[in-house]
Amino acid sequence: MDKHFARTEMLPPLAPPVTERGVVKWLRENLFSGPFNTILTLVALVVIYKLVSAALPWWLNSVWTAESLSQCREIVAATAGEGASGACWAMIRERWHQFIFGFYPPDLWWRPVLAFGLLIAALGPVLYSGQKRSLTILLGIVAAYLVVTLSLTGAPTGAFVAAAVVVVALFAAVQVAPGRMLLFTAIYPALCFWLLWGGSIWTPVVAMLGFVVMGVVYMALVGRFGPTASAIAGVVAAVLWWLFLDIPITQALADMIGGGLRSVESDEFGGFLLAITIGVTAISFSLPIGILLALGRQSDMLIVKTLCVGFIEFIRGVPLITLLFTASLLLQYFLPPGTNFDIILRVIILVTLFAAAYLAEVIRGGLAALPRGQYEAADALGLDYWRAQRLIILPQALKISIPAIVSTFIGLFKDTTLVAFVGLMDPLKGVTQIVRADINWKGIYWEPYIFVGAIFFVICFGMSRYSMYLERKLKTDHR
Amino acid sequence: MAVASDVPKESFRLSMLIYDTRYRSVTIQVFVLILFALFLAWLLNNTANNLATRGKEFNFGFLWQRAGYDIGQALIPYTNDSTHFRALLVGLINTLVVAIIGCVLATVIGVVVGVLRLSKNWLVAGLMTVYVEMFRNVPLLLWILLSYVILSETTPQPRDFRVTDEMAAAGEAPAASMILWDSVAVTNRGTNIPSPLFDRGLGSADLGFMSVNLTTLAYILVIAGSVWVNRRILASARAQQEATGDRPVTWWKSILVLFGPVIALSVALGLHLEIPELRGFNFQGGILVAHSFTALVIALALYTAAFIAEIVRAGILAISRGQSEAAFALGLRPGRTMNLIILPQALRVIIPPLISQYLNLTKNTSLGIAVSYLDLRGTLGGITLNQTGRELECMLLMMLIYLTISLIISALMNFYNSTVQIKAR
Repeated sequence: MDKHFARTEMLPPLAPPVTERGVVKWLRENLFSGPFNTILTLVALVVIYKLVSAALPWWLNSVWTAESLSQCREIVAATAGEGASGACWAMIRERWHQFIFGFYPPDLWWRPVLAFGLLIAALGPVLYSGQKRSLTILLGIVAAYLVVTLSLTGAPTGAFVAAAVVVVALFAAVQVAPGRMLLFTAIYPALCFWLLWGGSIWTPVVAMLGFVVMGVVYMALVGRFGPTASAIAGVVAAVLWWLFLDIPITQALADMIGGGLRSVESDEFGGFLLAITIGVTAISFSLPIGILLALGRQSDMLIVKTLCVGFIEFIRGVPLITLLFTASLLLQYFLPPGTNFDIILRVIILVTLFAAAYLAEVIRGGLAALPRGQYEAADALGLDYWRAQRLIILPQALKISIPAIVSTFIGLFKDTTLVAFVGLMDPLKGVTQIVRADINWKGIYWEPYIFVGAIFFVICFGMSRYSMYLERKLKTDHR
Repeated sequence: MAVASDVPKESFRLSMLIYDTRYRSVTIQVFVLILFALFLAWLLNNTANNLATRGKEFNFGFLWQRAGYDIGQALIPYTNDSTHFRALLVGLINTLVVAIIGCVLATVIGVVVGVLRLSKNWLVAGLMTVYVEMFRNVPLLLWILLSYVILSETTPQPRDFRVTDEMAAAGEAPAASMILWDSVAVTNRGTNIPSPLFDRGLGSADLGFMSVNLTTLAYILVIAGSVWVNRRILASARAQQEATGDRPVTWWKSILVLFGPVIALSVALGLHLEIPELRGFNFQGGILVAHSFTALVIALALYTAAFIAEIVRAGILAISRGQSEAAFALGLRPGRTMNLIILPQALRVIIPPLISQYLNLTKNTSLGIAVSYLDLRGTLGGITLNQTGRELECMLLMMLIYLTISLIISALMNFYNSTVQIKAR
């Protein structure tokens, strides 16, 4: 007789207790896991409540159409009751163009707009090298952006045609040979300069020809004299071209074949147009200079090393403001009597050098982090110095230092606001000061700072996210 | 049969300067040196020419002329009759004061935020992330300008603090009131804080070139003495622990030694606070701290703290989990694990980037120009430069001073860094 009983089927599992599932579990684990944590949570809740209760009504009572701050306040008082606070975005609505363009002539706004669209296109092959899909999407965005903004700013038909030609050509290049897009990136600086400042088209063309001269000389000599000597010769030839031939040739060409855009003076630049111009130029020039300085500092040659160390430490030891004042006050002493060149250009040069010194230190960190074996392997392969650096050392060193390089770039972009102190109209101090000095908007402060801060935040945060993407893309180690 | 001949005698050819690796680096260096010397000569020549055409000469004699301008915040005696050099010193001290207070505040806030950002508490970690990202991605200049504008345009006027007879009769409160137990008044003209006063102060001794405040000196001596005695107590406790294994209780001795003498000195000198009071149209008594100073310190501290928070977080994350697990396996409590195992190792990662943040903060004090704070840049590089028209001397001197400050800070911090690094034997 069988007295045993064994259950033949499994019982269904009981649901976990209420405290161990769903929202309650999450709350318990993340917010109330102990007395200390509970206190922290409560404090955080109070802080958030204070912030929201102060800011939310202010946002909700925003006024978008008004003539002046006092009118804004009247509207807020009328709609939300006496004593209510409200944002006055009408100021941004009336003055947005000064924050974006400064005093750039309104009928020429299409030029910086076009230059910005093409900048994105030119950055494409650098940011997403060889990725057909990303590049196509990017060009699509640029095309849409250009169509909208160019029609809004009333661009002439010629600008539409030129933009369309460029974008279509770039589309074709992406589909056939993405590498060719870099050609556009190479000529973009001259194009941008011409679009922003205007003047004769020959100025940028002849200036760019200097690089062609450099290339031709290098190519002609490299077979006989080796890379170092021919590179020096190329640079010397280009400098001679710029110093002595550039201006007469430009003059002659401009006299023979006219054509150009209305020129815009530097003091009409302002707002984010100025910040982005200085930032992008300084970023693109400081990286190569920074790499050279870092290599110089790692060099075995004592004199080269000493000069690089001295330069880097000097620049890093003084505040950027003093360098900017050097640009505005002292360069007139250091240059031959009578030379006087554009203040924006002077500022760009000093900002570039400043960023280059910081980049040099960052890249030096990357170089030092590479195992010694990489250098020895490059030597063992019989590569000369420049080939070893280009093919073995720098790709790895730069990859290691990407996060720090990008934060230097972000710092540089934020530092472009300091040009306000040498009389340029940056969006933060220059333009905001002008707006706040206006009798209509006197006493307004949160709105302009939030507006400018938000734009800076978007750009800088975008850069830092891009650096994370790049790090992930280039990661080659085993996970 | 092949005969090994002598190695052909090498003759020096000019092309070897470029092609022979033995000589090439020398060639390049000489070339660079010549270029550099030429460049330098060109610069100096231009400068001399430019100075000559402007009818100026290069000398620093102007530093001993009368400055003729007032400085709101002067921590050493200064009037507009003092020399430009004195103004330079005042500016330098103002720079250093902002830098030191800023560094301390930034470190405290940064460490707290960095640790809280690692907290398991989702809400707190999220708040701290928002703070860090917000401050890191927006220019410092914005924070300086914004805090200055908020301080000077939203704070009440001194007359809002007044309690008139009618108000007192009706029992109404004034429009604004002082904070911190009625000792600090924030008005649109500045922040009035209490100042320490001594009934029986020691006066000051005149050493000819400068005067020394004996009261301050006494405090410095007493504090230094107590710290030294405290260290002796701790050292003898450690010696006893090494010898016997028992650590004597020292905490009450330390508290007594550290705080007793200072309190005794304060009582002896009759220390009391002078509370600012509303008299007439303004607050009298106490110290008036200008909003430019407060705004600069707040903005610099909050901005740099965001960077320091990230450094601290990265430093703590860099310590592998095995370290804390090993500490728990040894039976150490969480607090002691943090103090004895995690922090000493994390400090090694944290300090080098922390040094550069301190340097950045010090250099960023020059942004005080945005709120007209008269630091080194405001006095020497601002008003003195404009009054005397000596751009070259002023700028060079200013750069030199900033460079010296930077080098001193990095030397000090590097020394500290070397004391916390692993001692390799």
